[in-house]
Amino acid sequence: MDIFIAPIKFYSTLLLQNLVTELSKRFSSRIHVIDLKINLDDFFSIDRKQYFSTQIIAETIKLTDDYNGKIIMLTDVDIFVPALTFIFGEAQLNGKHSILSVCRLHEEFYSGISNENLLFERTIKEALHELGHCYGLRHCIDWDCVMHSSNGIEEVDIKGHIFCHKCISKVDGYK
Amino acid sequence: MDKKEKILIVDDEKIVRESLYHWFEDEDYLVDTAEDGETALKKYEKDKFDLLLVDMKMPGMSGLDLLSKIKAIDKEAMVILITAFASVPTAITALKTGAYDYVTKPVDPDELAHLVKKALEQRALKIENIQLKENIDEIIKPDNLIGESFQMKKIYELVHSVARTDTTVIIRGDSGTGKELVAKAIHINSSRKYFPIITVNCGALTESLLESELFGHEKGSFTGAQFKRKGKFEMADRGTIFLDEIGSISLKMQIELLRVIETKQFNRVGGNELIKSDFRVITATNEPLEELVKAGKFREDLYYRLNVFTIVIPPLRERRDDIPLLVNFFINKFSTAMNKKIKSVSKEAMDFLINHNWPGNVRELENAIERAMVVGKTSSIIVDDLPFHVSSNNFELNGEEKSLSAMECKYILNILNENSWNISKTAQILKIDRVTLYSKINKYSLRKDKY
Repeated sequence: MDIFIAPIKFYSTLLLQNLVTELSKRFSSRIHVIDLKINLDDFFSIDRKQYFSTQIIAETIKLTDDYNGKIIMLTDVDIFVPALTFIFGEAQLNGKHSILSVCRLHEEFYSGISNENLLFERTIKEALHELGHCYGLRHCIDWDCVMHSSNGIEEVDIKGHIFCHKCISKVDGYK
Repeated sequence: MDKKEKILIVDDEKIVRESLYHWFEDEDYLVDTAEDGETALKKYEKDKFDLLLVDMKMPGMSGLDLLSKIKAIDKEAMVILITAFASVPTAITALKTGAYDYVTKPVDPDELAHLVKKALEQRALKIENIQLKENIDEIIKPDNLIGESFQMKKIYELVHSVARTDTTVIIRGDSGTGKELVAKAIHINSSRKYFPIITVNCGALTESLLESELFGHEKGSFTGAQFKRKGKFEMADRGTIFLDEIGSISLKMQIELLRVIETKQFNRVGGNELIKSDFRVITATNEPLEELVKAGKFREDLYYRLNVFTIVIPPLRERRDDIPLLVNFFINKFSTAMNKKIKSVSKEAMDFLINHNWPGNVRELENAIERAMVVGKTSSIIVDDLPFHVSSNNFELNGEEKSLSAMECKYILNILNENSWNISKTAQILKIDRVTLYSKINKYSLRKDKY
């Protein structure tokens, strides 16, 4: 089953390339970069100055019938669901679609200092995490597992970057 | 595997319900949602949830109304209120109504995760605490006060009414009437029940020993005091101290006792540190304290300090109606302890027990039943199983039987029965010859089975 990465309002080509490379190493599935014609401004909340991720996913579903595999949208914009102040990403449990925002994965968001290596580490962890949800995985209690929940950046950094033995069995095509 | 905690999300906004639903689902909780207070209430009545997240502002029943109704069903329910606009009055109202906490929408995921985790941990601790207290209640349940007589019913009423106060109680009654049981019943029914009841038999200790026993002592305060030791008043902190045989303490100790009861402060023997203790005092005596006061053997001020609320336990002979109940209670108690199959008392033996004078009261009755259970060979206690001093006490005569001949008849029969109708032995005990004994047996028409 292929994996499709859809950059939307995403401007770091290098990070995208590195992500494709890393996912190609991790999965036996083919990794594609696709261009989805979605206008994110339709999902912008003026009050919150953020984008409503659940609605973005709902819109994507309408446009992606032709893609047989898992789709992960990658964006630089800050996303939210109504009850929470922000989210790093959202995914359909055991479904096809997910979205990952790297907005709050940038170190400068917290310390003002850029760290590209750290951004890449965080991005791969959260991309695997959202894909994991699409493969039917819920949060894992194992801190070494990438499926451990992360409600703050510290937890993203603390948790592991691979699936634990229990979770890995559910992920199709993971090497 | 741990049981998953159940969370109910109550919010009129679908998108909020759904986003929280998915978030909690990912966190591996069992999640359900309700779009209004009425639906939430129905769901809660059907299926107790470990935690509720409730929006404050909803059409129809508000979040606060729902919180009140949930708390009326289960005061331990954990509810976190969600509000769009935080304000101090809102927070105060939420917390006063019994909410665990409140959060402002949108909530930081990290804050929500911590809050939910803390709330669920607290709930688990509360549940564990309740279960432990129930276990303690079971463990500390005293031997029931037994009796259905009007005198005992009056005592139950008194125990019940005084238990919930901190009033000093004096229990009066003959030896063996169950004064300690009444003291325990007061303690168990009081708010102090999770702390100890410390019993001190004041009559069993010398003055110096009693002082050390009550107040404790410091190391080296007297010969033999090798270690520091807490006194009974200190040990009774937050509980009850039961001072039995209070009438027997010395005048010097009475002064000390009065001071401690009034100030709840004392020093250990040989110590300078002022010890504070929060205890309730229950005393008991079978002595006429009023006479002791008149004779100058008991301080009047202490008498009035102790004699705030009096419970008088009548002797067993004044509540004979209770004897069958007590007998059955003791039979059950000892049959379990001794693993014996004795379950009842023959009619004759019961009549005997009911008519006995019981100078030793309930304690004597208990001992009589215990003894009968040991020697009894059938499934029912018979007169022969009862101890000698009980049998001989049956010698007490009814009004129409006070003649000398009636007394002689009963006495001879008694001794014959005690010696299994061994004529020689009985004659020897009665200090008469066998011929005289036979003539008495014939005179009174005594038969072996006539009892």
